[in-house]
Formats: sequence, C-alpha cells, structure tokens
Amino acid sequence: MASSTPASPTADAPARRGEGTSPWREAWRRFRRHRLAVISLWVLALMALMVIFGPYIWKVPINEIDFSARLAKPSLAHPMGTDTLGQDIFARILYGGRISLAVGLSAMLIAIFVGVVVGAISGISRGPVDTALMWLTDLFLALPQLPLLLLVIYLFRDSLKSVFGPEGGVFILIVVVIGAFRWMPVARLVRAQFFSLREKEYVEAARALGASVPRQVMRHIMPNAMGPVIVAATVDVAAAIIAESTLSFLGLGFPPDIPSWGRILFDSKDHLDIAPHWALFPGLAIFLAVLTISFIGDGLRDALDPRKVL
Amino acid sequence: MGPYILRRLLLMVPSLLGISVVLFTVLALAPGDPFEELATNPNVPAEVREMLRAKFGLDDPVWQRYFHWLTAMLRGDWGFSFISRVDVDQLILQRVPVTLTIIGASQLVALAIALPVGIYSATRPYSLFDQVANTLAFIGFSLPTFFTGILFILLFSITLDWLPFVYRADIQASGWQWWWEHLKQSIMPVMVLGLFQGASWTRYVRSAVLDVIRLDYVTTARSKGLAERVVVLKHAVRNGLIPVVTLVALQMPAVFGGAIVTEQIFRVPGIGSLLIDAIQRNDTPVIMAVTFVLAILVILFNLLADLLYGVLDPRITYR
Repeated sequence: MASSTPASPTADAPARRGEGTSPWREAWRRFRRHRLAVISLWVLALMALMVIFGPYIWKVPINEIDFSARLAKPSLAHPMGTDTLGQDIFARILYGGRISLAVGLSAMLIAIFVGVVVGAISGISRGPVDTALMWLTDLFLALPQLPLLLLVIYLFRDSLKSVFGPEGGVFILIVVVIGAFRWMPVARLVRAQFFSLREKEYVEAARALGASVPRQVMRHIMPNAMGPVIVAATVDVAAAIIAESTLSFLGLGFPPDIPSWGRILFDSKDHLDIAPHWALFPGLAIFLAVLTISFIGDGLRDALDPRKVL
Repeated sequence: MGPYILRRLLLMVPSLLGISVVLFTVLALAPGDPFEELATNPNVPAEVREMLRAKFGLDDPVWQRYFHWLTAMLRGDWGFSFISRVDVDQLILQRVPVTLTIIGASQLVALAIALPVGIYSATRPYSLFDQVANTLAFIGFSLPTFFTGILFILLFSITLDWLPFVYRADIQASGWQWWWEHLKQSIMPVMVLGLFQGASWTRYVRSAVLDVIRLDYVTTARSKGLAERVVVLKHAVRNGLIPVVTLVALQMPAVFGGAIVTEQIFRVPGIGSLLIDAIQRNDTPVIMAVTFVLAILVILFNLLADLLYGVLDPRITYR
C-alpha cells in the first residue's frame, strides 16, 4: 500500500513493473491468469463476431417459409434444422443473438448509469439524502422483479408499440424495464466504495486544494471506484440476457417475427418430442453466452481487485 | 426478542406501503382503461360499465383512487376475476399452497446440495474437488431455469419416459398411489428450481466458510486436538453460515421469479402460472393481486431471515 499522496505517478511505481505499464496492462496480465476466463473471452468474441457478421455470410432469410422442409433435422442445407414453418433455425439464431446481446448491453448501460448516479449521490452526501436513497434501493431490492416486469410489459406494451413500431417499442420497453430493476446492487457497491474513498488522504488533499465536490467525485473518487462496477456490469449483461430470454420464453417479450433466443425456445416448446433440435440450439446459445460472461466477470474480479496478489 | 419482532413488523409497514405505491403508480401510469375489456364486450351494457367505473372511482383524483385501492386491498376486497368469475382472493388462496410447497421442497434440495459441497470445497480450497465443484456451480447458474426444464423434459419424459411432464392436480388415485403420483410429477419442477438455487448457494457457502476457516479460533480448536469433523462442523460452519442467511433472503425475489417460469413449463397450478394465464387473458384484477401477494411473500421471507439471523448470531442485540 502506498503511503499518502505520491508526488508523481512514476515516483511511486515499483521497479519491477518496468516501463509503459499502465493499470490496464497490469489488469490484463492478471486477467490472463484465469484460464477459464480467457477461454470464455475467446468463445464470447467468436459468438459476437458470428452474430454480427454471420447474417452477411449465411444469407438465408429468417422468415423464408418452406413447407417442404418442416421440422427438418439438422443437415447441410439447414445446419440447425428448421421449425414448423420450415424457417431456417441457424439464421434465426444468428439474428436472435444480435437482439440478445444488444438487450444485454443496453440494459446493462442503463442499470450501471442509474446505479452509479444513485450510489454516488448517496455516498457523497450524508444525512437524509443518503437515508432516503438507500431506503429506495432496499425497497427496489425487495420487489418481486419478474412479476413486476411482466406487469409493466403487459400494461405498456401496446402503447409503446404504436409509438415506436413493434420492434423498437418492445426493445425500448424491455431494455428500460430490465435496466430499472438491476441498478440496486451497483448503487450499494458504489456507495460503499465512496464511503471508504472519500476519507482517503488523496481526496482530502484535493479538498484542501479547493476542489469542488463534483471535481472530487469525477476526478478523484470515481476512477478508483470503477473496479467493482466493471465486474458488476459484466454480471449485469448476463442477467439481462437471462431476463430477456425469460420474458420471451413466457411469451411476453419479442413478437414471433423477431426471433430472439428466448422466443425461439418459446415457439419450440410444444414440439419437443418431434423436434428436440429446435429447442436445444437456442438454449445452448443462451447458456454459452451467460456462462462465458460469468467466467469473464470472475476473471475481471481477480484482475481488478488490487488486494489480491496474483 | 418480543419488542424486536414487533419493531421488525412495524418496519414492514413502510416497505409494504412503498410497494403498494410502486404498484399503483405503474397501474395509474398505464395507458388505456383497465375496463377496456368490458367496453368491447357486447354482453356488458354501457350503463353497467359506467356503474363499475363509478364503483371503482376511476374518475376521482389520483391520490383518492390510491387510498380507495389501498383500503380495498387491506380489507381483502381484491376484486373479481374477469375470466374465472371468482373472487380473486379465493383464486389466489387455492394456488398459493402449491407454489409454497414446490418452492419449499426446492429450497431443501438446494440446501442439500449447497451445504455439503460448499463446506467440503472450503475445507480443501483449490483442490480438484473444489475446482470441479466451482465449474459445475458456474454451469448451474448459467443454465436458465426454462432451459433446464426443457432439457429435463427431453431427457426424463420423452427419451426415458420415466416422469410425466404435465402436472395434474386431479389425480384419480388414493393412498400410496396418490402420494407416489404426486411425488413423480413434482420431481422435475422441484429439481429444476433446486439445482439452480443450489448452484449459487454453493458459492456463497464456500466463500463464507472459507472466510472463517483460517481464523485463529479455528486453529485453536484444531490444536486442542479436536477431530477435524468437529472443528469444521461445530466451530467453523456454525459461525460461517450466519451471513449466508442474509444472502439467501436477498435471493427470494429471484426464487419466486424462477418459480413462475418453472410452473409455466410444467403447468403446475400455482400462483405463477395463474399470473401468466391472467396476463395472457388481460385479467387485470388477478394480475395486480398476484403481484401484490408475491411482494408480500418476499417481504415476509426477508423478515423471517432477519429473525433467524437474530437467533443464530448472539452478537445481535434486540434493541
């Protein structure tokens, strides 16, 4: 642990680090020690590349109906088989992956943004503001999330659809609602970080030099509180993907012409006996995405925790 | 202890009020009329609709409507299902026991997995067993409940044909046969939920026990010559598991969410499938009531966890 305020960034750097070692490179070095996390990063990158560029290479339309190939088993023409309308499941899964990843990332951004703002306000202010915000956080933590998600989507679905179109409306609704129910852990995390960081010597020094509260927060406290937030963000992406698939699986997410992974599973579940492949591939896709993201989060936790010696 | 319980119960009141405000706000902000269904129904004359509107006070100011709604909820007057033509509270009372049974059994399964595996992993950290258990735990909570459910149906119902995949409430049998049939159809829903919870609890248990197992008092117990079994179970685990109680309570919303999905997959006639059915049929009173009941259940389990924490940890004072 460094003593109080270092004179310059280089003066305090241990000699073994060598030249040009940034905190990020150090984190990457530590991340690489977690073998499963590195493998997961490659697998996830491959999946992301496939869903982003796949539709340009595998040019079968997602809604091409072919009754001669209904519920076909996986073959060269249809690597993952077809559904009851003869639509190619591989093409639908590639398309669905875009939606799942987009929902995961956008919902995570909303959750992190709200969580960081609430946590920061709560952590820097004392007294009634902090108490009120934490009461709100605890209240949201105690809410039954899935029923409320279902309730909100049930009530607001149709009106948003008419404003933003069926695709955009459902996307905005799902992302905002999932984000709105995931910010609480981040807020608590940020608040706890702020509580310990705001008493540190370097923040005190900044305060003594006359830095305004926003400057103390943005320049001095926030950058040092980001480690756990990044880990939480990773976990949130996985949680949002699961939440979206759950909604779609219950038939309350995306409409059938937008095949997200959960929606494909929902459509397949009445044909398990004759077409198990229909359910297996989207399920595996969700599983792989969530598993790799969880492992990456675990690796990041090791990499970004400065107390842990690696 | 008595005053402590009383204070905790009083603390529940603001939470419940908060939840009711959230619920009501969502309902009030929602576009459209909750009685739209009646408006399009040709069997309901316009006068009846106006009467209902007046009865439910839909034209009053918002705060008045909130108090109206709240007092009605508190009096147990939860309305009338549009679809089933039954009082909502009766409908829910029929369904809650099934859900609680399934959830309770699955929590037992989860504990039966998480406690031994987590404790054994913590006593041998970074061993082969620990690594395998850790990887399996990751796989366990990365498999969403709806996919495990489908995999179970594929394996045990369709391929092996051992278990029925549709839960039936009306089994035509008695005595042992009845129990056997119920057991058979409950296995899959309970296991789906239990495995998912067990996977995440294993990690909690492991890290909680790992936190205490290196403490001095555990070393003291060892150096006194106590058997390793006694050291781990009587000294380390008893102390280490206290924080797990809180973590388990924080998981309750997720548990109820998982129960909704599981009930839907296996067609278990519980409160979760009631909710989904109601949503599919636009049965607003039922939807509101079920959400409220689930919220109350979550708060209740949090309260139980707090009380349990007080019993388990003598350092907590009841002031």
